[in-house]
Amino acid sequence: MTKQDVLKLKVGDMVLINGQIVTGRDKLHKYLFNKKPHREQVPFNLEGTVLYHCGPIIKKTPKGYKLVAGGPTTSMRVEIYEQRIISEYGLRGVMGKGGMGMQTLKALKENGCVYLHTIGGAAAYLAERVKRVAGVWKLEEFGMTEAMWILEVKDFPAIVTMDAHGRSLHEEIEKKSFAAFSGLVGSD
Amino acid sequence: MLKLQNAIVELYRKAATSLPEDVEKALRLACRKEEKGSNARAALSTILENIEIARTGERPICQDTGVPVFFVKAPAGLSHLKLRDVIIKATRIATREIPLRPNAVDILTEKNSGDNTGIGFPVIYIEETKYKKLTVDLILKGSGSENIGQLYKLPIAELKAERDLEGVRKCVLDTVYKAQGKGCPPYIIGIGIGATKDQVTRLAKEQLMRSLDDVNKQKVLAQLEKRLLNDINKLAIGPLGFGGKTTAIGVKIGINHRHPASYFVDVSVSCWADRRAGLEWKTVKSEK
Repeated sequence: MTKQDVLKLKVGDMVLINGQIVTGRDKLHKYLFNKKPHREQVPFNLEGTVLYHCGPIIKKTPKGYKLVAGGPTTSMRVEIYEQRIISEYGLRGVMGKGGMGMQTLKALKENGCVYLHTIGGAAAYLAERVKRVAGVWKLEEFGMTEAMWILEVKDFPAIVTMDAHGRSLHEEIEKKSFAAFSGLVGSD
Repeated sequence: MLKLQNAIVELYRKAATSLPEDVEKALRLACRKEEKGSNARAALSTILENIEIARTGERPICQDTGVPVFFVKAPAGLSHLKLRDVIIKATRIATREIPLRPNAVDILTEKNSGDNTGIGFPVIYIEETKYKKLTVDLILKGSGSENIGQLYKLPIAELKAERDLEGVRKCVLDTVYKAQGKGCPPYIIGIGIGATKDQVTRLAKEQLMRSLDDVNKQKVLAQLEKRLLNDINKLAIGPLGFGGKTTAIGVKIGINHRHPASYFVDVSVSCWADRRAGLEWKTVKSEK
């Protein structure tokens, strides 16, 4: 994805992702954030790609790795790392579930990146949209769940819930639910 | 015990790959309630499609096959140690064969054991029953929703929550409000009220084993469950937090007696994939 592509996306848009994306969750974020490997030290070019918060179930077959189940994990756990990872590695998309905080929202705007919310728990459905496991990094060190997997996806569905223009659906829903919550709790 | 071991492997398979009927029915109903063309409806229809794919292909519904939590009721004379041993062996086989995602991580070395067993992993609660049959209930507790559960000690000034059921209601709303969409709603909420922290957390989790159609025997709790479900849905967080009419599809409350000075409330949350399954074993005596 280019910055131009990203700027066209708005909160609420449904997108279908095609091409290569990479997975990364708690350990990978911690590693990239603290060890700060240079771009060339990462075996895959992360520039312009989508980093998918996912700890998949992968099976080793005679034909190579196969993704059995691969839905999103809760993105908020990597909120403290994501801002710098977006700018350092030139990501254009961050995908997961549950949304992220103000730090990431700011980074999305500054760098031209979007947060994509895919369908939490729909691991079998999403696995069918992963056409090939193209590679893996840090498998030995981090294990299957936490490794960086390179996935070739076709028509992988997601909804833009935080855009590069500073809008967050999660912020809006939280504000609305706060009003309802205050009413319900204060009304005894 | 070998037969029981195989049965527990199958119990894992059932829990991981097929959702209980009552939960699926509630999700179907929720899908019809959401507005056509909304992201909430799209999310629920994808979820329903996913349930179908997982069941027919015998693949895990969600890649986070969670922390396995067992509630076992064993007849007199059946060794609890042996039962634990059978469950642990079955866990290793199920992890390899289904497959489940290995989720047991050593606190000190950060190494994943690779087979879903470790210190206190899986979680196994065994108690003796007066009945002759053995029952084994399993829930695969996903951690996205486990992480948003909360433990409260009433009273709580900020919530104006006193030590009564109205205070409990406020705690539950607080948990769901704070959770927003992070734990994969529509949620199922289990609540435990009682004297000690360890007791209420287990009690809350046990509520997640109840069928959604199960009505609380205590009338006042049945009413509160109904009211809470209604209240939670007024928060309008919606499926996966996209906004919408369904934030929860079930609320279940369990109570213990409390100490005069203590009033603990635990709120345990399940994602829409409330993966529970149970088996009854009637031929315990003939098992060696």
